[in-house]
Amino acid sequence: MFVLVVGSGRVGSAIAKSMLAEGHDVSVLDENPEAIALLNRGQDLSWEDLGGSFTVGTALEIDALLAAGIDRADAFVASTDGDNTNLVIAQIAQRRFDVERVVVRVLDPGRARWYAEQGLQTVCPTQTAIELLEAAVRGQISFEGVSG
Amino acid sequence: MYILIVGAGKVGWNLARELVEKTNEVIVIESSRRRYEVVEEELEHSIQYGDGTELWVLERAGIERADLVIAVTGDDEDNILICQMAREKYGVDRVVARCNNPRNLQHFELLGVKPAISATDLILRLIEHEVPKYGLVHLLDLKEERLEIIEMEVAEGSAADGAKVADLGLPDGSLVISILRDGGGFVPKGDSVIRADDEVLLVLDIGLEDSVTERFSRRAPATSADFR
Repeated sequence: MFVLVVGSGRVGSAIAKSMLAEGHDVSVLDENPEAIALLNRGQDLSWEDLGGSFTVGTALEIDALLAAGIDRADAFVASTDGDNTNLVIAQIAQRRFDVERVVVRVLDPGRARWYAEQGLQTVCPTQTAIELLEAAVRGQISFEGVSG
Repeated sequence: MYILIVGAGKVGWNLARELVEKTNEVIVIESSRRRYEVVEEELEHSIQYGDGTELWVLERAGIERADLVIAVTGDDEDNILICQMAREKYGVDRVVARCNNPRNLQHFELLGVKPAISATDLILRLIEHEVPKYGLVHLLDLKEERLEIIEMEVAEGSAADGAKVADLGLPDGSLVISILRDGGGFVPKGDSVIRADDEVLLVLDIGLEDSVTERFSRRAPATSADFR
């Protein structure tokens, strides 16, 4: 499948790398040209030599999204550092480009919950952390090293 | 009327002033502490500090009972979300959004946020109106009705120059609604004669622009050399 990841920070770059390693076509869009460093890090070959593509551009610009291949994406990951940007581009991917699988990262649990109710597949790291930490405090779970 | 304004930049602050003067109840939300403190000196209890894209901040400001929500921050994605949540989550009847980058207007439309107002777009229109370089001015686009009202300058030697309105052969779905001449204007009849340098106002179905405008412009098509 063809995966488009918008926002190549820690989260976006990690997803992009695993998807590429699993043999998918992966395109990454980030407004910062330096962001490719995270994609190259820890790999034997550069991101582009491995077959990944990288586009520099602003997430909200349709031209940038098109250059990164949104019109042929099977899956779309919105993982920029802005909750509102992620929620807007995820809806663009879903409603305008009919991307089949759209996932969006939202740090604020309030917005995450409401947009999830509206039909967006939303991942809220804050909510996940709260639940894990609470469970660990109550002794319902215990783990060594980093959970997850 | 209870009005909630998100963003206390120049636009938000001045809007708040005007709307308070018109005896509305107004609350402004501003996310920069510094800006908040500056504006608070004047607006006092009418401004609240916080991120107006967070639900609890909107709720604290009483968004549920707002008659109108105005999103005028400097970030289009924020303005879109605020208005989308105001309308769909909190049932606010009327929203107005500022669109900072006119290229983002399509996103406002896609997500049902309207009206979205782009200052850049408005100024561009005014420039078109003041400097009708191409002889054509869009006066009004009625998008939902799929109609537009345009203004055309009648070029000397064009098909319309010296012709009666009835003989223009305009396509169905277009109509000359007035002729502006010598500082005045009138509503023409079929036998009114159009002259060079008149300005004509037409209402037409979207998409007819090209076939209509060619009757009012000079016949020789412009070449790229004209723009060099």
